[in-house]
Amino acid sequence: MSSVNLDQNLNTAATVHAADHHEEGEHRLVGFIIFLLSESVIFFSFFVGYIVYKTTTADWLPAGVEGLEVREPLINTIVLVSSSFVIYFAERYLKKENLWGFRALWLLTMAMGSFFLYGQAVEWASLSFGFTDGLYGGTFYLLTGFHGLHVLTGVLMMAVMLGRSFIPGNYEDGEVGVIATSLFWHFVDVIWIILFILIYVWQ
Amino acid sequence: MTETSITAPYYRQNEPQPGEPEKWWRFFTFSTDHKVIGIQYIVTAFVFFLVGGFLAMVMRGELITPEADLVDRTVYNALFTMHGTIMLFMWTFPVLNGLANYLVPLQIGARDMAFPRLNAVAFWMVPVFGTILMASFLVPGGPSQSGWWAYPPVSLQNPTGNLINGQFLWILAVALSGISSIMGAVNIVTTIIRMRAPGMTFFKMPVFCWTVAAAQTIQLFGLPALTAGAVMLLFDLTVGTSFFDPATGGDPVLYQHFFWFYSHPAVYVIILPVFGVFSELFPVYARKPLFGYKFVAVSSFVITGLSAIVWVHHMFASGTPSWMRMLFMATTMTISVPTGVKIFAWVATVWGGKIRLTTPMLFALGGLVNFLFAGITGIMLAAVPFDIHVNNTYFVVGHFHYVIYGAAVMGIYAAIYHWFPKMTGHMYYEGLGKLHFVLTFIGVNLNFLPMHPLGLQGMPRRVASYDPEFAYWNVIASIGAFLLGVSVLPFLLNMISSWILGDEAPANPWRAIGLEWLVASPPPHENFAEIPTVVSEPYGYGKSEPLIAQQMASTELASELS
Repeated sequence: MSSVNLDQNLNTAATVHAADHHEEGEHRLVGFIIFLLSESVIFFSFFVGYIVYKTTTADWLPAGVEGLEVREPLINTIVLVSSSFVIYFAERYLKKENLWGFRALWLLTMAMGSFFLYGQAVEWASLSFGFTDGLYGGTFYLLTGFHGLHVLTGVLMMAVMLGRSFIPGNYEDGEVGVIATSLFWHFVDVIWIILFILIYVWQ
Repeated sequence: MTETSITAPYYRQNEPQPGEPEKWWRFFTFSTDHKVIGIQYIVTAFVFFLVGGFLAMVMRGELITPEADLVDRTVYNALFTMHGTIMLFMWTFPVLNGLANYLVPLQIGARDMAFPRLNAVAFWMVPVFGTILMASFLVPGGPSQSGWWAYPPVSLQNPTGNLINGQFLWILAVALSGISSIMGAVNIVTTIIRMRAPGMTFFKMPVFCWTVAAAQTIQLFGLPALTAGAVMLLFDLTVGTSFFDPATGGDPVLYQHFFWFYSHPAVYVIILPVFGVFSELFPVYARKPLFGYKFVAVSSFVITGLSAIVWVHHMFASGTPSWMRMLFMATTMTISVPTGVKIFAWVATVWGGKIRLTTPMLFALGGLVNFLFAGITGIMLAAVPFDIHVNNTYFVVGHFHYVIYGAAVMGIYAAIYHWFPKMTGHMYYEGLGKLHFVLTFIGVNLNFLPMHPLGLQGMPRRVASYDPEFAYWNVIASIGAFLLGVSVLPFLLNMISSWILGDEAPANPWRAIGLEWLVASPPPHENFAEIPTVVSEPYGYGKSEPLIAQQMASTELASELS
């Protein structure tokens, strides 16, 4: 009799623990979304600053600068925006418990993010103006640099999640991380679209 | 059910567990217990309060005579810069974070914050950036001299030419403080959204939790704007970009927008939790339910919303176009509506109550009176013609010191006294507490009231010397400042000796209603043996309804099931 009771108690303790665990994951997701909303205000502030500078500065382009080449950045943009779809399907695979499908698409997303960073670096190296060349140079490198830092963070987060997918039994823990990383990636993408329009399209 | 049954300590059987707050060394460890972190925040912040207060007294010592004789003018500049920065970023924000940390999980019936480790990291950043800021006294050229708002181009001067200068360390400390505050805000907001006890709907939540949520929401949307401005300022200062430097085509006014978009709402980050403290204390010590509970709760978020659209009132004299000035004058004055709702509710709560003038109640009432005065001068300052007249004079200094010291610090004192028995398990000495109140209340008014006539007569702020005609009021203000310095002594004596020797505190010494008063003093590890189910609104004073549903202890439940 008493042993049955003990078992029951253990069982309830186990379910309570699992529920706690699940709740903790949801707390993390809520916390991460709140953080992302807050983070978006930094970008918003930079965007507003950029618009104010661009519309009020008399000599916007530094001497000898014609403007920005759009072709390569556009390719970069297409790669980054498509990666948002790739990561979505990676998440779907994880939900279907197809770990290898998840890993393949996850790695593809990382590759696309890295391609974007490489393209950004090539573009920076080819430009004739620097960070201190007036408000034009300042805002360009500030915005693309701050965004690039987020892309780098996103790729590193994905690397961590990929590594964690190989730890046996780590599946549940990893899932919240995967959802958060994917959210972060969509966020970085949306920011880039606004940034691309502001800097490259609106010249 | 009568009130006595509500106040009976439901969890009295949970004696504090070994290693809980009694063991003082826990406060020097990387603890993840929200109660330990809360006290760590409060004590650390108070140390910085003493430092900032010392700087203020040196300034008042300088101003007791019209000539600049006590300290050098550049030292005086550094003093007011550091005084403002310390008091805001190292005293008020951390101490209120400490109160929120300690009280929110207890008041909503949670075992801890949502992210205990993040909580500890956020706290331990406070001593780190505090040390960085203090280190600026040691670098060549001394601390920043550009005031706590660090307006360019003044903040970009860098006379020593060193990379590591006072302004650089200032930006670094403020940026770290911002990161710490964002961590805290994410944690507190998530906790309030996700971890409330069963039955505790938003409209059964104590007003303190409402106001903390409203204040932390401001941190979330405001701080990033300051961060953006600070990053650009840092690049201007170190790399030589031209964002804010007019000499190279930059726009110094844009910095002011970034700065005030956060730093005006920051005042509400400070005052909102104090509103929460008032709303908690008046019902307890007047034995009446909080008047208009729902209005008081919701008006906090109205203030949060309005706070985002008033910042330009700090820039009426910054070449702001007149349509913008009128717009922001109107929005600023609107803030007085939700604030007035609160003041009305507090007065109506106290009105006709069975008032007990304990130390916390005295501080709360004193804070309310001072806040009303500060609010009236605030409305005066919101009016563009008046503001242009007193812009950058002592009138402004007097106004915001009534808010920050008269209302916020007095409210913080009220909260510390009110929850001291809960936090430490000991009662404080009432006599010393009352002495502390009398000294503080007289000190505040002696110190800050004379600043209003000074400002109206045109004495500018941030000057080490002044025309002899201003001497009369300055002497009175300085006496008040020294009195405020003295007022800290009975407080320190009271807190330290009571913590060690004070009478043992019962679970609910004030016969207050609230989840935090149902657990032992100090509360055990993880607060609640069993998470309570909340069945009624808070502040049910004089009503005969229980706060929580009676539960059976789990052991009884188990035996009954078998």
